[in-house]
Amino acid sequence: MADGIKSLTKEDLVPRNADHIVHFVAPVVMVIASFLGYAVLPIGRNMILANLNSGLLYFFAAGSMVELAVFMAGWSSRSKYSLLGAMRAVAQMISYEIPLVLASVVVIMAVGSLSTVDIVNAQATYNHTLAHWFVFTPWGLTGFLLFMVAACAESNRSPFDLPEGESEIIAGYFIEYSGFKFALFFLAEYLGMIATSALAITLFLGGWSAPFSFLGFIPSWAWFFGKLLVIICTFIWVRGTFPRLRMDQLMGLAWKFMLPMTLWNLIVVGVWHFMAVGVVRWLVCAAMIVIPWMLLSRGLRQEKKLQVRTYRFAE
Amino acid sequence: MTALFLILAAMTIAGTAAAMSLRNAIHCILALTVGLVGFALLFLQLNAQFVGFTQVLVYVGAVAILAVFAIMMTRGDGSHPQPAFSKTWFVGGGIAAVVFAVLAWAILSHPAMGQVATEPAEITVNQIGDALMHRYVVPMEIMGLLLTAALIGAVVLAMPGKQEQP
Repeated sequence: MADGIKSLTKEDLVPRNADHIVHFVAPVVMVIASFLGYAVLPIGRNMILANLNSGLLYFFAAGSMVELAVFMAGWSSRSKYSLLGAMRAVAQMISYEIPLVLASVVVIMAVGSLSTVDIVNAQATYNHTLAHWFVFTPWGLTGFLLFMVAACAESNRSPFDLPEGESEIIAGYFIEYSGFKFALFFLAEYLGMIATSALAITLFLGGWSAPFSFLGFIPSWAWFFGKLLVIICTFIWVRGTFPRLRMDQLMGLAWKFMLPMTLWNLIVVGVWHFMAVGVVRWLVCAAMIVIPWMLLSRGLRQEKKLQVRTYRFAE
Repeated sequence: MTALFLILAAMTIAGTAAAMSLRNAIHCILALTVGLVGFALLFLQLNAQFVGFTQVLVYVGAVAILAVFAIMMTRGDGSHPQPAFSKTWFVGGGIAAVVFAVLAWAILSHPAMGQVATEPAEITVNQIGDALMHRYVVPMEIMGLLLTAALIGAVVLAMPGKQEQP
């Protein structure tokens, strides 16, 4: 908070060669786009700003505007570092947006609605004492894990922070920003992280509902913010634990592993939908996920041949 | 014609006009994005939520980014100024006027023009899904096939070719 106020008093430097209008508009668009997504997130029972019947689509549409803002910031600064950072960021965000959307499509298939309220209501029912959270199903757990990895990459956080890699390109697309505009980028990054975490809670962790029916006396918003706190802490924990990926590893993970797994997950949720309720269904679907998962990761590991790296462009 | 419609129409027309007349290619794309967002908002004003959000997702999130990437990969930073009007602008203007006249004539002669507009009904996503899966399933499958063919074509183009003889 104090940092935010401090940044208001700092000098706002704009590079002489920069494209002044685009340079000014980029952080504004970024923050607006990051705020827009919050309209469809239910933070408690009947606590939602706008219950749109295509709410999930709205969330992703608002999120896709961030990419353009990132590009505008990187390009308008007329700096090599910021341009490189913007190229990396946009390539990464486009690649990971596909697994992110496909991982949430399983929930849409299971619920049969794009409305975030309907999705939470479908999970807020209880079977004896346990809630029907989607994370308790095999496809839900897979979708949740894939969604969290994609969300981590989408918000450019470590270990996917190549666009900002301090040791390579200093700070990426917002290198030429100072003062409050820099603070706006920082704000947008954290807003994006919180929004995608909240969406993950809505989709897979039952939104505002309690895990056990006897815990229903705790207010719904407390459940929501408790879950949010846990997920944000996990993000920060992961950031402090893992080293940064290499560019080819980053793209390989998105296109060779996450995309096939999310597509396969769609088939699994279809099987789940048409099988009778019971333990057999759970086991069959779990096997349908674990076996391809093992085969895919083993196949990708064998494909990798260690050799001296050759640089095609950078020599 | 409400004030909202006029504002959105002005925004859309200004954006697309700027996209044609600005000198810097990147500025043109950003202006075009403003126009596309205007279109999306017009769809939303007509209660077509699904179409409006898809417009933003596809055109702003994918097409604009793709265009920007294409310019950066081929032309550097896109800062080479070009004249805004080509030498044959009057031919293009004539063709545009003829196309506009034909479209306007077709729309104005439609029997629905005389009717008073009613409040547009809200189309839910479920209705769109039903229509796509029942009535329009064949066109949709053909589109899917076409896109798959395009995808395979892109992969074939991007595959590392055999070493050419120097």
